[in-house]
Amino acid sequence: MKADVGAPVAPTGLGQIVRAPSYGRGIGGAGEYIVIPALALVGSLVLFGIFVALFGKNPLDLYFYMYQGAFGTWFSWQNTLIRAAPLILTALCTALPAQLGMVIIGGEGALLVGALAATSAALVMQWAPPIVVDLAMAAAGMIGGGLWIMLSGALRHYRGVNETISSLLLVYIALAILNFLVEGPMRDPASLNKPSTHSIGAANMIGNIPGTEVHWGFVFGIIAAVLSYILVYHTVFGFAARVAGGNIRAAKVVGLSVGKLVLIICFLAGAAAGLAGMFEVAAVQGRANANLAAGYGFAGILVAFLARQNPLAVIPVAILLGGIGASGGLLQRRLGLPDASVLVLQGMIFVMVLASDTLYGRWGFLKGKTS
Amino acid sequence: MAGPGDIGLWTIPVAVLGGAVRVSTPFLFVSLGECVTERSGRINLGLEGTLVMGAMAGYGVSYLTGSPWLGVLAAGVTGAAMGALHAVICGLPRVNDIAVGIALMLFGVGLAFYLGKPLIEPSAAQLPSIDLGWWTDIPQLHAALRINALFLIGVALAPVLVWALRSTRWGLIIRTAGESADAALAMGYSVNIIRLRATMFGGFLAGIGGSFLSLYYPGSWNEGLSSGQGITAVALVIFARWNPLLCLAASILFGGAAALGPALQSVGYSHGYHLFNAAPYILTLLIMIATCSPKRTLIGAPAELSITR
Repeated sequence: MKADVGAPVAPTGLGQIVRAPSYGRGIGGAGEYIVIPALALVGSLVLFGIFVALFGKNPLDLYFYMYQGAFGTWFSWQNTLIRAAPLILTALCTALPAQLGMVIIGGEGALLVGALAATSAALVMQWAPPIVVDLAMAAAGMIGGGLWIMLSGALRHYRGVNETISSLLLVYIALAILNFLVEGPMRDPASLNKPSTHSIGAANMIGNIPGTEVHWGFVFGIIAAVLSYILVYHTVFGFAARVAGGNIRAAKVVGLSVGKLVLIICFLAGAAAGLAGMFEVAAVQGRANANLAAGYGFAGILVAFLARQNPLAVIPVAILLGGIGASGGLLQRRLGLPDASVLVLQGMIFVMVLASDTLYGRWGFLKGKTS
Repeated sequence: MAGPGDIGLWTIPVAVLGGAVRVSTPFLFVSLGECVTERSGRINLGLEGTLVMGAMAGYGVSYLTGSPWLGVLAAGVTGAAMGALHAVICGLPRVNDIAVGIALMLFGVGLAFYLGKPLIEPSAAQLPSIDLGWWTDIPQLHAALRINALFLIGVALAPVLVWALRSTRWGLIIRTAGESADAALAMGYSVNIIRLRATMFGGFLAGIGGSFLSLYYPGSWNEGLSSGQGITAVALVIFARWNPLLCLAASILFGGAAALGPALQSVGYSHGYHLFNAAPYILTLLIMIATCSPKRTLIGAPAELSITR
């Protein structure tokens, strides 16, 4: 409950995301930040076990196949990492604006726009050598996705439009643009059953990390997460962003240019998701079509919240969630669960993690050593 | 082409009108419910999930019992349960209602797809429509005037809610909780209980809105049934200024925007069909840009509401 009832408007940050003590402590030395999300995760796994037991499935089988499908074999590990790659990048799309107190949930839209921009770049640059094409695709994807989320940030800053709603509306607009382009102007007439654009060309496909089936997007995801972490916690810019996220009045008093922070952070956030879209085209699909809207953007929101908006913690959480996604196929085949069971589990985890926010600061023995 | 049924380009406005009435109903129910929830000082962004759950539950119950109205009731009860879940979690200290709404949106959609898997094939009993176009012999106009009873209920509900919020004891309590939690507390009311009831009411109406999707228009259950109607309706409440009557007007406007694409397609203009599908979202965004301001809180906004502060 609000303490300052009666004051007409009392903004403490740009958004209203309530932040349990602080995101600012990094991941070291804070037992609470590991134990409580882990408890929430275990709790939701138990809940999901009960849920499938209601449908006559054995929960122990469920856990076994989930482990098998996610981390049991080298094959499933690779499947997990392939899925983790876009999740890291789309999670950054939520985690970076969260430093400013903004709740952006439009990563899916930035991913689609980034994928479309990257595909367009590749299609007009067919004459160029592959490395140039790939660089152009990455640049186009990042700029496309970046501008898409920057639009939400600009609307927030200049017009006071709620960024959560605007970014989600932009997802549906991006989806409509994707459908329009792949079924209309950009359609490859040879794609009959599944309307798609022309292929970007086999030579322009980004290969896998040597010795694996995992594409390079995973490595670039980790690089992006580490860079984001450094930006947020070890630069003046990141410090300014966190000040503005903590108290916007204080930020203005000390002369920070909040608008610039909002626009740049939102651009970087969208660029990360756009890069995810670029890799989905350049390393997985080879063309743009409706397959791109696979829900990575939405799962990325969950990754960001489970990682408590810490860019470095996003990496292991994305691998975990990638694992859950990867096990979906095995659950379908062996247990006959619908493919939506992954969505149910993700939803349960999300709800439990948010509900567990209430536990912070209650258990003295979990207080971080550094506090 | 000339014949008794040929009304030329008039087809488009008539089809848009008929479409507006059809398409606006889910918007109307979700926004009326959310209006009450937000007046109590809490925002439920999870109504997208509630809508899909309601559509699934309504379809399932209608299929099993053969009674579409039982389906509508089941959809409402399911929605109220989703609302209760939202309210209980948000009632915990230090839990953010916006984030919980996002989580419940994903959870509700996932759960509905999971439970609704067996419902994709069978066809359930549909809601009947009331024929208000018996006086005309123009088939397009006649079709446009076939109106579902739920729409009429929604239209009647809007002024009732305006009156209830303004003039009844419960309306006053809800508005008090929305304007100042401390004042409600001082009056001896539990803010959490008030908001629980308001959120359950909002979920109930959103569930009914969902049942309209599966039981009338488009009238089947599949995973592509709702594409953002729930969240659009939440945005709609903001520029309807938390006034149920304006929610009604805005819903019809939105229904018209959403019906534009199919109306143009019906006269053979299908170019850019997908872009017309984006019309309601673009319209929402434009209206939010036009009506929001960074300098002041919105007129009519409940002071306790986190999204407008």
